[in-house]
Amino acid sequence: MARHVIGIDLGTTNCAISWRDLEEGSGDVVSIPQLTAPGTVEERRLLPSFIYLAQEGEFPPGALALPWDKRPAYATGEFARAHGAKVVTRLVASAKSWLSHTNIDRTGALLPWQAPPEVERISPVEASARYLKHLVESWKASLQKDSDAEEIILTVPASFDAAARELTMQAAGQAGLQNVTLLEEPQAALYAWLEKIGDGFRKQVKVGDVILVVDVGGGTTDFSLIAVTEQNGDLQLTRMAVGDHILLGGDNMDLTLAHHLAQGKNLDAWQFTALTYGCREAKELLFADPKLKKAPISIPGRGSALIGATIKAELTRDDLGRILVDGFIPKAGVTELPRTARRTGLTQVGLPYAQDPGITRHLGAFLARQSRIAEGKAFVHPTAILFNGGVFKAAILKQRLVEVINDWLSRDGGSPVRELEGADLDLAVARGAVHYAWVRHGHGIRIRGGTARAYYVGVEPAMPSVPGFDPPIKALCVAPFGMEEGTKADVPPQEFALVVGEPTVFRFFASSVRREDRVGDMIDDAARNEEFEEVAPIETTLSGESGKLVPVNLQAAVTEVGTLELRCLEKEGGGRWKLEMNVRTKDG
Amino acid sequence: MAWRVLISAEFAGEVTEGLELRASARAKKAAPPERVHASGLMLLAAFQREGRLIDFLQQDAGGYSDEEIGAAARVVHGGCRKTLAQFFDLVPAAQTAEGAPMTVPTGFDPERIRLTGNVSGKPPFKGTLKHHGWIVTGVRMPSISETLDPRVITPAEVELP
Repeated sequence: MARHVIGIDLGTTNCAISWRDLEEGSGDVVSIPQLTAPGTVEERRLLPSFIYLAQEGEFPPGALALPWDKRPAYATGEFARAHGAKVVTRLVASAKSWLSHTNIDRTGALLPWQAPPEVERISPVEASARYLKHLVESWKASLQKDSDAEEIILTVPASFDAAARELTMQAAGQAGLQNVTLLEEPQAALYAWLEKIGDGFRKQVKVGDVILVVDVGGGTTDFSLIAVTEQNGDLQLTRMAVGDHILLGGDNMDLTLAHHLAQGKNLDAWQFTALTYGCREAKELLFADPKLKKAPISIPGRGSALIGATIKAELTRDDLGRILVDGFIPKAGVTELPRTARRTGLTQVGLPYAQDPGITRHLGAFLARQSRIAEGKAFVHPTAILFNGGVFKAAILKQRLVEVINDWLSRDGGSPVRELEGADLDLAVARGAVHYAWVRHGHGIRIRGGTARAYYVGVEPAMPSVPGFDPPIKALCVAPFGMEEGTKADVPPQEFALVVGEPTVFRFFASSVRREDRVGDMIDDAARNEEFEEVAPIETTLSGESGKLVPVNLQAAVTEVGTLELRCLEKEGGGRWKLEMNVRTKDG
Repeated sequence: MAWRVLISAEFAGEVTEGLELRASARAKKAAPPERVHASGLMLLAAFQREGRLIDFLQQDAGGYSDEEIGAAARVVHGGCRKTLAQFFDLVPAAQTAEGAPMTVPTGFDPERIRLTGNVSGKPPFKGTLKHHGWIVTGVRMPSISETLDPRVITPAEVELP
């Protein structure tokens, strides 16, 4: 049995790592040594997900040294974030959000997005690899010996599609990590809860319960539905559905408050960042003490004079209620769809941030869209709710969300949800990941569910092309919804032929709602069907005598680590080719 | 000490090492004060970095209103408080509430309890707790690179256009 397991929460704005010795049961959250100033290494529970790409000669030699790397050319963590606020063109941030960005070459050196040409950029995959390496080295340093973990559980948003998961694995590989298994973050949060609650679990949930996990991180919002069922007298947990990838999180909340308070003040970029942190602290102060009417924020000037140059601001409880609670958790109907702003002709390809900050509207859309498991109701009725993410340290945000959901439920003839008192909101994902490793060794209850999407390859029908008219694309189901790890599915014989020596590209679709499609099912006009989303195309190139046609069968496999693999098997002969997801661009 | 040197090779090693260090220190010149007190300078740098303490103390506060000083003090208080909590665990030396009567027992620790007022006679004493004192129970100082000059509390900042 594996002895040392580690769980990694690779977050958009903060990372955490936890470990356990499965034989002795020892282990906890690992303190992460990181630069807090040049030449100064301190331990923190979280590693801010920022990389500062230093210019040669910018710092004295050895100033960026870490216990495991004497001369790095970059800084990671707290100092990177703090100094990067003054030199934004060299700061890599939100790499995780770029990993799931479908309109861009995600393996290309893109970041920092706004960097001038002379800055050597890195890819989102490379940035993720650097965080992972830093985390694992921290763990090794904490054990004071150079041993590798036998198992690593790496968490990803449930909404990450097959390509984003593949890229996360690629980052793990670049960081030199071995025996990595992926786990969805909302599941990790539930595992942390299960571990905390222990045997009391059976008293807290019952058969027929539907647990809604609402995970609002720094940069993303992630929903999952997990059903409690029974088999042979044992309780079972099945993940039934996951939400879309929503780039909206706690950072957006602090930014919105800062923009509000910055009105009429002349702040430079660094002061604005200081104001944003100030807003976060003031917000937490107000949320912690309901009697406070307002919280003061001081923004220091850049110069050495502090007295007289400090700008004052004040966050009031009114602002908080109006901007945060009503802005981010508005009272909305369950059928009210998230608003999408009209796109201008010339949009810069930045991150596709959610255009509607209303988390309740995104949640309503998610619950209503899963009509196939709603059992005849207007939307899926959750019976319990588990919150995750530092945002929910503010009880008022939880209360409002529960209030809105209960309003939906009562209008649709349901009963109110109850809150499952969660584990630590910041560290639950890393802790839950380690618990999952324990569960994988046959202890405790495991959440089942398989893939949260069905996958399809696009098949273009043979028809004459008409100018200005896209021929309808048929979708051939290659991997059904809920395919379990370690299983594979053969697509019934279809007429596929690959041309040797030339790249063959398939358009690739996913659906998070179509759970009835079986392997080999053909669905008409997928591109115009709202139940499908087009993901990164897949391609392969067969080496060999050019121009020859090879008839093949398709096979899909969900690997043990949780990634999807598509293969072409030669019909007559033993040829096998892996189809690679082309993450460079959606348009292939 | 001789017998301890005999039975503990490790300790013997330490002693030899210590003697050698002292010898080499004598041979070279003594470490400069900024190296001897590097951790004190580091603390100043941390309070400046997080809470702008040096800026605040180096500025002449005369001529500014209490409100202006108050706004600046918030920056200092918020940042230095965070740093203090990161480096040290602090608890009161006496658990009694300030202003409440307190008995100072026989054999009290004069390092942790200081007597004021009419100090005479033998303990136990009955008195009133005026200040509960502070004791550090945990220290987590950062590790500092030996290659950097600890005298630089904060560098000059030059913004390029």
